[in-house]
Amino acid sequence: MRKEWLNQGTALGDVGAAVAGGQGGVSRRSFMKASAVAGSGLVLGFFVSGGNKMARAAEAAAPAKVYEPNAFLRIAPDNTVTVQVNRLEFGQGVQTSLPMLIAEELDVDWAQMRGELADAGEQYKDPAFGIQMTGGSGTIAHSFIQYREIGAKARAMLVAAAAAEWKVSPDQVRTAKGMLIGPNGQQAKYGAFADAAMKQPMPATVKLKDPKDFVIIGHPVKRLDAQAKSTGKQQFGMDFKPEGTKVAVVARPPVFGAKVAKLDASKAKAIPGVIDVLEVATDRGGRGVAVIATGYWPAKQGREALVLEWDTSAVEKVSTAKQMAEFKALAQKPGLPVKKADMAPLAKAAKKITAVYEFPYLAHAPMEPLNCVIDLKADGCEVWAGSQFQTLDQMAIARTAGLKPEQVKLHTMMAGGGFGRRAVPTSDYLVEAANVALAYKAAGKSGPLKIIWSREDDIRGGYYRPSHVHRAELGFDAKGKLLAWNHSIVGQSIITGSPFEPMMVKDGVDATMIEGMGEPYELPMNLSVHNAKANVPVLWWRSVGSTHTAFVMETLIDEAAHAAKMDPVAYRKQVIDAKHARHHAALDLAVAKSGYGKKALPKGQAWGVAVHESFGTVVAYVVTASVKGGVPHLHTVTAGIHCNTAVNPMTIEAQVQGAVLMAVGTTLPGAAITLKDGVVEQQNFGDYVVARMPDMPLVDVHIVPSTEPPTGMGEPGFPPLAPAYANAIFKLTGKRLRKLPFDLAKTAKA
Amino acid sequence: MITLNVNGKDVQVDADPSTPVLWALRDNLNMTGTKFGCGMALCGACTIHIDGNPTRACITPISAVAGQKITTIEAMEGDKVGKAVQDAWVKHDVPQCGYCQSGQVMSATALLRTNKAPSDADIDSAMAGNICRCGTYQRIRAAIKDAAKTIA
Repeated sequence: MRKEWLNQGTALGDVGAAVAGGQGGVSRRSFMKASAVAGSGLVLGFFVSGGNKMARAAEAAAPAKVYEPNAFLRIAPDNTVTVQVNRLEFGQGVQTSLPMLIAEELDVDWAQMRGELADAGEQYKDPAFGIQMTGGSGTIAHSFIQYREIGAKARAMLVAAAAAEWKVSPDQVRTAKGMLIGPNGQQAKYGAFADAAMKQPMPATVKLKDPKDFVIIGHPVKRLDAQAKSTGKQQFGMDFKPEGTKVAVVARPPVFGAKVAKLDASKAKAIPGVIDVLEVATDRGGRGVAVIATGYWPAKQGREALVLEWDTSAVEKVSTAKQMAEFKALAQKPGLPVKKADMAPLAKAAKKITAVYEFPYLAHAPMEPLNCVIDLKADGCEVWAGSQFQTLDQMAIARTAGLKPEQVKLHTMMAGGGFGRRAVPTSDYLVEAANVALAYKAAGKSGPLKIIWSREDDIRGGYYRPSHVHRAELGFDAKGKLLAWNHSIVGQSIITGSPFEPMMVKDGVDATMIEGMGEPYELPMNLSVHNAKANVPVLWWRSVGSTHTAFVMETLIDEAAHAAKMDPVAYRKQVIDAKHARHHAALDLAVAKSGYGKKALPKGQAWGVAVHESFGTVVAYVVTASVKGGVPHLHTVTAGIHCNTAVNPMTIEAQVQGAVLMAVGTTLPGAAITLKDGVVEQQNFGDYVVARMPDMPLVDVHIVPSTEPPTGMGEPGFPPLAPAYANAIFKLTGKRLRKLPFDLAKTAKA
Repeated sequence: MITLNVNGKDVQVDADPSTPVLWALRDNLNMTGTKFGCGMALCGACTIHIDGNPTRACITPISAVAGQKITTIEAMEGDKVGKAVQDAWVKHDVPQCGYCQSGQVMSATALLRTNKAPSDADIDSAMAGNICRCGTYQRIRAAIKDAAKTIA
């Protein structure tokens, strides 16, 4: 078992065990067990093992000739192979990369492949996490063996079926690009043997290809959904509308968890198209008002016509300015210990740096606002949603609606981005949808309801990347050698109170708050954390803890290099131990490809460097930036990526470009969620700033060659970007940026 | 009832005159290629063409466009420039989540109709109103330049 896999295991262990059994405390060992079982086919569902019972039932129900029953792929008579993708596709490319893994071992032509998002189902659980979910940059890392084995087993069964028909031995049958070829000139398409293959026993073991024989894995493959997404034909959750669907929008309390004090719905009900106005339970014990109408526009007009007074007396009303002051005060005291070191040298250090960092709340703001369709019936419930957490969402909807999880049929819809917002341990928007459906039913009505969030609902709806303060004191000797580093972090825990707590909170310390605070550096660091409480729901955001820890670490390491009067690349090369070979390889690659230290930059530009590992992948960035009139600009980003086997280099490039852009967005003035008296101050893209095309640097992605088991790629491109950019700005201005978004005007000279 | 001309056809829409074209398309005409992203003309996901000009459908009431030609993403495959843009989008593997791409394609098509050889700055300026959270901007730039060559 590789170390990188273990790291992922410690970050997000077997959630399924904790959720189902409530036992928690899942150790490395049980994670290894889960992975090992997965590797040997725990979730293998091709043709469904165990007597093909499900297979036969489904076959009876399926239209003739379409090979329907199997859980993971079906081969149609026209030889197309449709793969059930057991994750959410929301841009990261798994609807293409998982079919690639099957195609490689099944030995088919790529043009035959199709991908479909699987509904919630037992067999679709993530082999490592134990629940059906998309997160932790884990799709390829966790399913690399799983999906290849499914492909290899399917191929073996096709071969066995053809051998039986042709009355030859299976080892006399070979395959080539979706064709079965016999020893005496026999030839048939896979599609012709799809039915017969199902009747073959599933092989207990299969030999997977040697990486040197890969013809699809490791090669740039274009997305299966690019055509549909370029022509408006792709159906997203927002576009799904079964016959008779009514639209609901919800007026949510202005302060999280507040209640309705007074409601006059008469004006709203008078609007043509408005069907009903219903008080409903909302997140965090709050109460809101759902307006149900024939379409979104009348529903929205109805909501605007509500005369509402809120009761906010029982809930805390957070103000950002006050919170930040409290966080800064807390940061001066030691918190829960994470790691200890001798801090005596700090007092007698020849040079000291005291650095206080501030990070705001951030909304994910995926382009497709949250939505779902829910159809609550007497004996069950059907839900269509772009869910990143199918298992937990299914359970939460069932709990809310008084149903058993198996009575909730959850369909996974293509989602327009997510970045973490569709993976909510409380299933906030789906629980709310179930409450709207319950109220609708109680009002004597039935039929599918589509709950749509406006952009304002999304920006003001909570579940933000938590705000944080870091405080660091670094002491150096006269030559700039680092002697001691005293560090504290203040922020809300994402994990505490969630089903992930047993695996990810240890001695009160949330693993996501400190990830990225140590390796690859051997530091004399004293680290502690303070778990702040606030009435603001928080959530992971692309790269989770590394969204803030990487910025702090990589800008401070830059300062340490400066204190030692060393080049920042040379310094990192010196202080990163040789055992971190992947860090060195990624950094070397980025440095070499960028021309760092060799190429002369245009006047007014400077280099910046950072390297960070997250989700098992090391990303090194060498960037160029300039500052004009107090406004920084990022020109180029050269990336050195170490993700072991690069399954689809084209997707990896896209993920790096995307993570870079998202990280650039966090540096822009206005990229912050702030609160005043409990109310979120931003509304829409006018006051919550995200990156636009002129903000996009030229990104040049290079991948270190490797045949080791792949590591994550959805998130690791994010963390090192902002610190590399800040380090370049320091070279240009002499100012150390310690706050996101960047604010050059208010930053003191270092 | 308001009569709209959508992709060359007159269609009747039974909706309040204040209804934005976006919701008339999506809810009344079941044309879901045009996307809802912000409702305030801030993100460009709903971009359509009105008499050839790129317009945000989310703030354009149907009462304001009666008698004008509304063109949506659904008509782009039959449009020389639109088709070239879509082909370039596929060639450069532009979409990630894809939700903003209808609007991006509509803005890019409008740009190439008036500017046959846009520079990086032209592209940035014409496309700055279209937000993509996934970060497809670099491939969009390349695809627009490629499409420009195709239709030259």
